Amino acid sequence: MSSANPAGQTPNADRYLLRGAAVLGGERTDLLIGDGVILETGTGLSDARAAVLDADGLVVLPGMVDVHTHLREPGREDAETVETGTRAAALGGYTAVHAMANSSPVADTAGVVEQVYSLGRAAGWVDVRPVGAVTVGLAGEQLAELGAMADSRARVRMFSDDGMCVHDPVLMRRALEYVKAFDGVIAQHAQEPRLTAGAQMNEGKVSAVLGLTGWPAVAEEAIIARDVLLAQHVDSRLHVCHVSTAGSVDIIRWAKARGIKVTAEVTPHHLWLTEDLVRSYDPVYKVNPPLRSDEDVTALREAVADGTIDVIGTDHAPHPSEAKECEWAQAAMGMTGLETALSVVQHTLVETGMISWADFARITSATPARIGQLQDQGRLVAAGEPANLVLVDPAARWTVDPAAMATKGRNSPFAGRELPGAVKATFFRGHATVLDGALNTPYDFAGEL
Amino acid sequence: MRHLLSTEDLGRGDAVRILDTAEEMSAVGDREVKKLPALRGRTVVNLFFEDSTRTRISFEAAAKRLSADVINFAAKGSSVSKGESLKDTAQTLEAMSADAVVIRHWASGAPQRLANSGWIDAAVVNAGDGTHEHPTQALLDAFTMRRHWSRLNRNASTGADLTGLRVAIAGDVLHSRVARSNVWLLRTLGASVTLVAPPTLLPVGVEHWPCEVSYDLDSTLAKGVDAMMMLRVQAERMNASFFPSAREYARRWGFDDRRLASLDSLGLKDTIIMHPGPMNRGLEISSAAADSPRSTVLAQVRNGVSVRMAALYLLLSGDTREERNELTKVSSS
Amino acid sequence: MSTSSTGPTSRVVLTAADIDRALTRIAHEILEANKGPQDLVLLGIPRRGYPLAQRLARKLAATDPGIDPERIVGLLDVTMFRDDLSRQPTRAPGPTQLPSTGIDNKVVVLVDDVLYSGRTIRAALDAIVDLGRPRVVRLAVLVDRGHRELPIRADHVGKNLPTASAEKVRVRLEETDGPANDVVIEAGE
Repeated sequence: MSSANPAGQTPNADRYLLRGAAVLGGERTDLLIGDGVILETGTGLSDARAAVLDADGLVVLPGMVDVHTHLREPGREDAETVETGTRAAALGGYTAVHAMANSSPVADTAGVVEQVYSLGRAAGWVDVRPVGAVTVGLAGEQLAELGAMADSRARVRMFSDDGMCVHDPVLMRRALEYVKAFDGVIAQHAQEPRLTAGAQMNEGKVSAVLGLTGWPAVAEEAIIARDVLLAQHVDSRLHVCHVSTAGSVDIIRWAKARGIKVTAEVTPHHLWLTEDLVRSYDPVYKVNPPLRSDEDVTALREAVADGTIDVIGTDHAPHPSEAKECEWAQAAMGMTGLETALSVVQHTLVETGMISWADFARITSATPARIGQLQDQGRLVAAGEPANLVLVDPAARWTVDPAAMATKGRNSPFAGRELPGAVKATFFRGHATVLDGALNTPYDFAGEL
Repeated sequence: MRHLLSTEDLGRGDAVRILDTAEEMSAVGDREVKKLPALRGRTVVNLFFEDSTRTRISFEAAAKRLSADVINFAAKGSSVSKGESLKDTAQTLEAMSADAVVIRHWASGAPQRLANSGWIDAAVVNAGDGTHEHPTQALLDAFTMRRHWSRLNRNASTGADLTGLRVAIAGDVLHSRVARSNVWLLRTLGASVTLVAPPTLLPVGVEHWPCEVSYDLDSTLAKGVDAMMMLRVQAERMNASFFPSAREYARRWGFDDRRLASLDSLGLKDTIIMHPGPMNRGLEISSAAADSPRSTVLAQVRNGVSVRMAALYLLLSGDTREERNELTKVSSS
Repeated sequence: MSTSSTGPTSRVVLTAADIDRALTRIAHEILEANKGPQDLVLLGIPRRGYPLAQRLARKLAATDPGIDPERIVGLLDVTMFRDDLSRQPTRAPGPTQLPSTGIDNKVVVLVDDVLYSGRTIRAALDAIVDLGRPRVVRLAVLVDRGHRELPIRADHVGKNLPTASAEKVRVRLEETDGPANDVVIEAGE
């Protein structure tokens, strides 16, 4: 497969022929990729110019779209850059990520979101869609210039103060109303600040023993309950970031039954890990929202299976090592996730029989693209569609080694665990960003406007 | 035993061994020469990220009576408070060949972090971490209770546990590392424990603990208590609405003169009153109670040195190097 | 011969009767060296030195009715004074019990089962120094097997036993190892 870029051609003129890939884990077909799109599907295809990839036993899926990524640039380039973060994304099977606004400076102006957008284009590994801050400086006091960000070259449609909760009910109401002007969505980090002052971990049986300040489920659920009612009242779109409790699931299920326009996301780690890991006091397990109980994990898995939770969002949050090599209370919150998301979802949902690969495509690609309004992402695997694809070997097994990852962050909670499923290739706009499970070359945006 | 981090994972055998060893150490305190050569040439570092003169001097006396070299490292006001990390501090102590680190830290779990991080090879003794544990305090409390209980039962202390002893612990359980360590250790030693506190000062999840929980001190006393332990309550908790006023707290949950008198009328002539110190006289305990013959406050302080000697001796006297090699062998096979 | 089992590579060197005779002789030696029973204190070193000290005290009382065997015997734990603490697995210290008369200005006879390297006795001498100031300290052992590593010798010896370093000398007393009551030598590896 090293001959995948035939000599003398620019990368963007790549042509690939995938032989015998199972589309969404179902019917097996050949796929001919060229000119950035899927040219043809069927059996027994041939093409003289195409590099041929044997996809026997592999599953082809639409390129994954992350609604929740921290790329850290600008401001914390020691933790991650757009370049390293999007390399990690490509390796994880992603073709688009939403870059959260809590950079430094905060992405609360057209200037900053355009900068992030341009860095993404320059990197060329995935589509980088900046998320705009809801309030100036994430301070929760005054609306940021949401319209200017929406009209910018970055075409921002998702707004979030992620890391901080828009806790002022009036401000939240105004934000929900205002983004209707350009069909935007507010992605809420649901965390009542007074109930979580100094909070260190889920409040319950384990926090009581460990003497760590509790982070009650109600602090998340109370905000979600308020916000779905606000969204209903002003008839706007609400997206709930990283849902982590069974109670939140119940509220969202109730809201959806009432026709409220709410979507919800869950992280891979909340689908698997529980608060019991905190007993080690190893800050690699410190995250916001915190790891919860077994019952919560079960409820979250069921909520993905029954559609209450719409999408997987990684909340990929790389940190420099010193932010984790310290006391629990001193440590930064967050975990890396881009390079393990596919495997963790396969392990927790696909291999448990709770969802199919077609469902996987819906929750990791189609619905995230719809929420973020990415036209070329999350599409069908069919002739004529943009060639944003990922080729997965579901039978592969690998052991997580954070030091071997493309992200700068070494804070993977899955370190040392054996996971199923490996990304063999990622195609971004028809170009292979990942081949043979390793980074290939980025897509070259130079020729485009 | 490689470290002493918590009582939650301390087995009965180890707990009794520490208490028995403390009995022998206590005898040394009565001798003319109050010093033993057992830890000669060993270095014990008192690493204190939080002020606690009482605990520090108790550990210091313990280490010195065993002839160890003692280095006091008050991390407050030093480079540590200027941003030097626990990791760097640990590696500094490692470079100085510390054999044991006695760590007091405001953050729950810091001693465990130090012990398991690979930054340092020394034995780690938890001298109180955040609102997590204070194992040597619980051990000295258990030691004090065991002596009392054995005397009542006319048994030898050595080898005994606390089966049958009824202990009530009253006060700010939510923020108390002493309460946590005592609950686990007393369970292990066979005592029955009742926690008494306002509901706001009990952690969510306390229902899973191996003890009874009550909001009413008088009814707990009426059921019979052999050891009544009062916990320190910080008056500033009042400002965070944990309770309305110091007066209301003292009336409902303080061990006041009326409750002291009630012990006699309840026929609890042998009940002891314990407090880990420092006391807020007039808040959680009245002066009359603190100074009564029932009070074990000073005995607790005295026993603290014996128990800490025992812990340091048991952690440092064996050939830990070989034990570690053994472990490596086992894990690599 | 002893009724208790011994391994195929071990042999009995002192029977119960031999031990008893040796202790009788040592008791007489002690009284003779001390010119009487005055100020005598016997300190047994755990584990087997203590029962031996008790037996000796009874022998002394049998010879001299002025002696109360209960009041002249003490127990001296030397664990904390050993020089090999960091080379051995952790040992929990045991109790030290002195006779009510104390040891100041007394004639202390240290009693142990086997004298070998001399390191235990060195530790015992240090322990005694921390407890008080005896007028004289003497040493009585049931068996001296040689191989000294320190300049220490016994004043009263039950039996001198030439041994190889690889051999093990096991003293088995009714009080601690019952029913066996003998001294055996086991061959080394």
